[in-house]
Amino acid sequence: MTRISVNVDGIAYQDDVEPRLLLVHYLRDRLGKTGTPIGCDTTNCGACTVLLDGRSVKSCSVLAVQADQCEITTIEGVSSDGTWHPVQRAFHEEHALQCGYCTPGMIMASIDLLKDDPDPSEEAVRDGLEGNLCRCTGYCNIVRAVRRAAQEMRVTAP
Amino acid sequence: MTEQIKEREALGGAEVGRARRRKEDARLITGRTQWTDNIQLPGMLHVAFLRSPMAHARITRVDASGALARPGVVAAFSGADLAGEQGSLPCAWPVTEDIVIPDHPPMAVDEVRYVGEAVACVVAIDRYAAADALEAVEIDYEPLDPVLDMTEALKEGSPKVHEAGNKSFTWKFAEGDIDAAFRDAPVVIDRTYVQQRLIPSAMEPRAVVAQTDGDQFTLHSSTQIPHILRVMLALTTGIPEHKLRVIAPDVGGGFGSKLQVTAEEVLCLLLTRRMGKPVKWTESRSEGNLTVHHGRDQLQHIRLAAESDGRVRAVQVDLLADMGAYLMLVTPGIPLLGAFMYSGIYKMDAYDFTCTGVFTTKMPTDAYRGAGRPEATYAIERVMDELAAEIGVDPMEVRRRNWIEHSEFPYTTICNLTYDSGNYEAATERALALFGYDKLRAEQADRRERRDPVQLGIGISTYTEMCGLAPSRVLGSLSYGAGGWEHADVRMLPTGKVEVVTGTSPHGQGHETAWSQIVADSLGVPYEDVAVLHGDTATSHKGMDTYGSRSLAVGGIAVVRACDKVKEKARHVAAHLLEASPDDVEFSEGRFQVRGTGASRTIQEIALATFAAHDLPDGFEPRLDASATFDPDSFSFPHGTHLCAVEVDTETGATAIRSYVAVDDVGAVVNPLIVEGQVHGGIAQGIAQALFEEAVYDVDGNLLTTTMADYLLPSAADLPSFVTDRTETPATTNPLGVKGVGEAGTIASTPAVVNAIVDALRPYGVHDVRMPCTPERVWRTLRSREEESA
Amino acid sequence: MIPASFDYLRPSTLDEALTMLAEAGEDAKVLAGGHSLLPLLRLRLAYPAALVDVGRVAELRGVADRGDHVYIGATTTHDEVVHSPIVKEHCPLVALATATVADPAVRHRGTFGGSLAHADPAGDLPSVAVALDMEFVVHSPTGRRTVPASGFFLDYLESALEPGEILAGVRVPKLGPGWGFHYEKFHRTAQAWATVGVAVAVRRSNGTVEEARVGLTNMGPIPVRASGVEEAVRGAEAGESLREAAGRADEGTDPPADLHAQPDYRRHLARVLTHRALLSAAAHPTG
Repeated sequence: MTRISVNVDGIAYQDDVEPRLLLVHYLRDRLGKTGTPIGCDTTNCGACTVLLDGRSVKSCSVLAVQADQCEITTIEGVSSDGTWHPVQRAFHEEHALQCGYCTPGMIMASIDLLKDDPDPSEEAVRDGLEGNLCRCTGYCNIVRAVRRAAQEMRVTAP
Repeated sequence: MTEQIKEREALGGAEVGRARRRKEDARLITGRTQWTDNIQLPGMLHVAFLRSPMAHARITRVDASGALARPGVVAAFSGADLAGEQGSLPCAWPVTEDIVIPDHPPMAVDEVRYVGEAVACVVAIDRYAAADALEAVEIDYEPLDPVLDMTEALKEGSPKVHEAGNKSFTWKFAEGDIDAAFRDAPVVIDRTYVQQRLIPSAMEPRAVVAQTDGDQFTLHSSTQIPHILRVMLALTTGIPEHKLRVIAPDVGGGFGSKLQVTAEEVLCLLLTRRMGKPVKWTESRSEGNLTVHHGRDQLQHIRLAAESDGRVRAVQVDLLADMGAYLMLVTPGIPLLGAFMYSGIYKMDAYDFTCTGVFTTKMPTDAYRGAGRPEATYAIERVMDELAAEIGVDPMEVRRRNWIEHSEFPYTTICNLTYDSGNYEAATERALALFGYDKLRAEQADRRERRDPVQLGIGISTYTEMCGLAPSRVLGSLSYGAGGWEHADVRMLPTGKVEVVTGTSPHGQGHETAWSQIVADSLGVPYEDVAVLHGDTATSHKGMDTYGSRSLAVGGIAVVRACDKVKEKARHVAAHLLEASPDDVEFSEGRFQVRGTGASRTIQEIALATFAAHDLPDGFEPRLDASATFDPDSFSFPHGTHLCAVEVDTETGATAIRSYVAVDDVGAVVNPLIVEGQVHGGIAQGIAQALFEEAVYDVDGNLLTTTMADYLLPSAADLPSFVTDRTETPATTNPLGVKGVGEAGTIASTPAVVNAIVDALRPYGVHDVRMPCTPERVWRTLRSREEESA
Repeated sequence: MIPASFDYLRPSTLDEALTMLAEAGEDAKVLAGGHSLLPLLRLRLAYPAALVDVGRVAELRGVADRGDHVYIGATTTHDEVVHSPIVKEHCPLVALATATVADPAVRHRGTFGGSLAHADPAGDLPSVAVALDMEFVVHSPTGRRTVPASGFFLDYLESALEPGEILAGVRVPKLGPGWGFHYEKFHRTAQAWATVGVAVAVRRSNGTVEEARVGLTNMGPIPVRASGVEEAVRGAEAGESLREAAGRADEGTDPPADLHAQPDYRRHLARVLTHRALLSAAAHPTG
C-alpha cells in the first residue's frame, strides 16, 4: 500500500492504495465519484477524461499513486454553485449527447481544448477531440457545442 | 442547430414539433447518472469470467481450486458445476420448422465453439482480486478444427460446429415469375457483396448487478430490453417471473447489441441465488469485443434483370448469413428483416429470396443498427448504380425510372409490403439542390479529363426501410416468439402533474423528452409537469422495449391512446361537475368547457376532484389514469435521399468525404433536434461500416480486433459535418403520422459512400471495392484493374 | 482490465532512481508517463515486479538550448515538446511529428523519452530520431554513455538500454538555416498508429536540394533511415526528380504485415509519401 494525498473536486483526501490501482477506479470505487465512466482498456475512448493539475488526462491510464499531491477535477466538479459550466450548457443546448456515456470525458476534453484555443475552428475542435469517441452523435452537434461554448466564454471573459 | 430547426422553434405553440432541449441531459452532463457499474451494495461480490482462448476445442479438464486459494476469492465455478441449473440461452426466432437450434449453455461444459466463450468464473471481494484469481484456474483443451468460412462450412466433409452440421436453416420467399423475368432479359447484373462482420461498440460496456433476499431477485443490467429479459430469464433460470425484477438504469448506448439475453446475465442470477450475496460483473472493452454479439456478416449474391432502358424486371437474392457458433435471441431473424427490403423503393415484376443461416466458430451475430435492412439496402442501391453504369445512364435517372411515384401511394411492393406514403421526388429534389449535384458532376468530368490523381466520386442512396416493429400478426407469420405491441400508462396525480410509464426502454433516444411533448399537447399540461418512467419492471410492468426504430411509431402511439382514455374519463368528471352532458363538454388546451357557455374546469382541477372523490359521477372509479397497448396494423416506411461526394487519392487509395447531404422523410416529427441527432449518429455509423470497421478473425479463429486500437471507430477528426434536411410526408397508419428514425441514417449512408468511391474509380474499370474500403483495398483494386488492362 | 500487482518506487533524483532500479532487479521497469506501459499492464501483456516512477525526477524534465544542439529531458511530455519555443525554433521537425502522437490527453502525460525508449517502430518519434541523428544520453549506476540514434533501436520494442539503465534525455542537433521540414503520417483513423510515416528535412539552395534527411516510421522492426533517397535527392531539382528519388524509399526496408497493411502496400506508400514529404519540406524552408 502507498499513501497518497489528492484533492478531488475541491476536497482533500488521504488514502492508502495499492500501487496498481487505476486513478479511475480510485475515483469511482473508493471515492464514489461515479460521474467519470470507463469505456476501454487502451486509452482510445476518452470516456474517463479528467483534469489532472488542470490538464486533460485519461484516468484509466494513470495510476492513483501517480496522482499523489495532485489536484483532480472531474465532471462532478466543473459546475459551481449549481450553475453549469458553459461547456455543459452548450452540450445541452446543441443536443451534443444522446446516451451520455462519452459526455463527461467529452466535456472535460473540451474544457481543456478551450484553454489552449479560445476560438477554435471546426477543424481545430475535431482534431482536438480526436481522443474521445462517441458512438451516438456523429460528432456534428459536439463540434457545434464546443464552438458555442467558446463564443460564450469569450463574451463573458473579463 | 440547423436554421430549419431554429425557425420551427420560433413558431411556438404546440409542443410536438418543438426543438425541446432534453430532460435527460441534466444528469448526464453533470455526472449524476446511474450506470449499472455505479451500483455498490453492501457485501457485494465481483465476478470475473475466464474465457476460451480456443475457437473450437473439447474441454478435458477444469481445475478451479487454485483460484480458491487466492486472496479475496469466495468461490469459483466451471461450466460443469453449473450444468444442472444454467439451462440454455434462448433463441426466440425459429424462422423455419426444421431450423437447427443447438443447445447454448451460458458457460461451456464439454466444448467451446468460439474464442471468448465463458469456461469458468471466479467470485471475489473486489474486481482486482477476481481478475488475479482467473490466472489460477487451470483448463485443458483438446483442439478441434475451427470453422471460419461460410462457403467452406457448407461443403461436405467440413469440420462441424455442432453435431447436426453447419447449416441452421434455409428460408425462402418468392413473388412473381422470376424465371420469366430473367429469360431474355436485355440486361442482367450479377454481383456478390460482402457485409463484413461488425462490432457494435456501444460506449458503455455491459454490466450486471444481481441480488436476492432469498425470495425476490433483482437484476440490474445495461440492457435495451428489461421486459423481454425478465420473461426470458424466468424461463431460462426457473426463477418465477413474479419473483424477478429487471432494471435497466441509465444505459450507455445499444445499437442492437443490448437486445440480448446474455450468458453473463443468466450466470450472475445463478451466482446470487447460490451465494445469497449481491454480485456484480462489469465487462472490459476487450472482453466485450469478443463477446458482445457481432453484427452483419453476410455474403450477398444478388442478380438483377432489367430492360435496356434500365427499367427493373426482377431481383434475385441468394444470401449466406453467418450465425456464429450459436443462435442467440433473434440471430436467425436478422436476415429476414432484410428479406422484404431488397426491392427498395423500386417497382418490379418478380423477386426471389433465399437465405441460409450458417454456423461458424465465431461469436454469434445478432441485431446491429438496422438489422437486415442495411444489408438489403446496400445491395439494391449498389446494384442500381451498376445498372446505371451498364446502360450508360446517370444513376439518379435510373432510380427515377424505377421508383414508386408519389401519385402511386399507397403501393404494395413485390415483397408484399404496402408502403402507405412517401415522396421520393421531393426528398431527391431537395437533396440535389443542397448537394449541388450538377456542379459536382462537372468537376468530376474535369478531373477525369485531367487524369487528376485525386478523383471525385458521387454516391447516391435513395433508401427506404421498414420501421415500427412490428404488427404482432406479421411477427407470428414469421415465427417470431413474441408480439410487437407497446404499452403505456398515463396517470394524473392529485396536484395535476402527470406520470407516464412507458414500455419502451430508451438508452439515448430521449423518450423522457419526446413523450413529455406528446403528453403535454394531448392533455394540455405544461411540458415540465410530465415525468416519464421506464426501464424497471416494478414500475413499468409491461413493455416490448426499444429497438427496430419502434419506440415512437409504436410506443408513442400507446402514449397517445392512454392520454385519450384519461381525457375521456376526465370529460365525464368535468361534465358531472359542470352539470352538463359529457357530449356537450369540449376539451381544448387543458380545459373542459361546456359548449356555448363560459363554464369550464381545467384538467388539473379534474385531477384533484377525482383524487378527493367527494363528488364524482355515480359508479365512477376515483382514478384519472389509463393504460393502452398499441399493436400496429402495419410497418412504417421512412425514406430519403442521401448524397455523398468523396475524393479518392488514387496514389494512396485514401478516401476523404468531401460533402454529405441527407434529406430524410421520417413523417411527422415530435422533436426535430432529436431527429437530427439520430440522423447524424446513424450516418456516422454507416460511414464507419463503409470505411473503417471490420471484426477480423485469423485462420485459427482468434479475433484480432479485440481493442479499440485495432477495431477502428471514427473520431470527430475522421468525419465531416453532415448537411441534413427533411421532407415531411406523414405516415397514414398512425395518429401521429410518425415513421421512426433510429436506423435510417445507418441504412442510407453505407451504400452512399461506397457508391461514391466506385463512381470515382469507374474510369479505371473498377466496379466494386469490398468494405471497409480501406486505402489498401482501394489501391489493390486499382492495381488489379491496371494489371488486367495491361 | 486490471494490471497485476507490482511494487512501486518513486525516486526524486536520478541517482536515487538508478539505485532503486538496481535494487529492484531485472523484472523492474521504469515508469514515466505510463502511456505505453499501462495499457500493456492492463491487458496483462507485461508483468513487471516493480515500477520505478521517474515522473517526479526534476532533472529528467525540460527543454534546453545547448548551443549546437537542443536537449530534451526524457520525461518532458509530448505537450511540452510541442509547445516549447526552443524546439519550434531549432528542431521544428520534432514539434511537427510530436504533435501527431496520439491525442491531446495522451500528450499531456506521455513523455518524449518514454516513447523513444519503448522503441515501437510504429511510433512517430523514432523515425525522426534517426533522421536527425539524435543522441541518447543514458545513465547507469556506473556512469553515463551516449548512444547515437542509429544504434539505439535494436529490434521491435527493443532498445539499446541495458537493465539498470535509464534514458535521461536526448540531444537533437540543430540543423541551421535553410532547412525545410515535414512529417507525413498516413493512418486509417486519427487514433490509429501510422501505417507508414515519413520524416523529412531538406536543405535547398538555388532551386536544388543540397541535402536531405529521411526517416521512415513502421517500415521495419526498427525505424529506417532512407539513405537511398537521401543520396538520390542530393543536387536534384525540386520537381520530377524528387519523385524518382522517392522511388528508392523502400530500399532496405522490411515492413510488417498486420491488420492495417501488407508489406507491398507499405512499400508503395513509403515511396508515395516520401515524395510528398520531400515536396512539402522543400517548399517551406525556414531561417
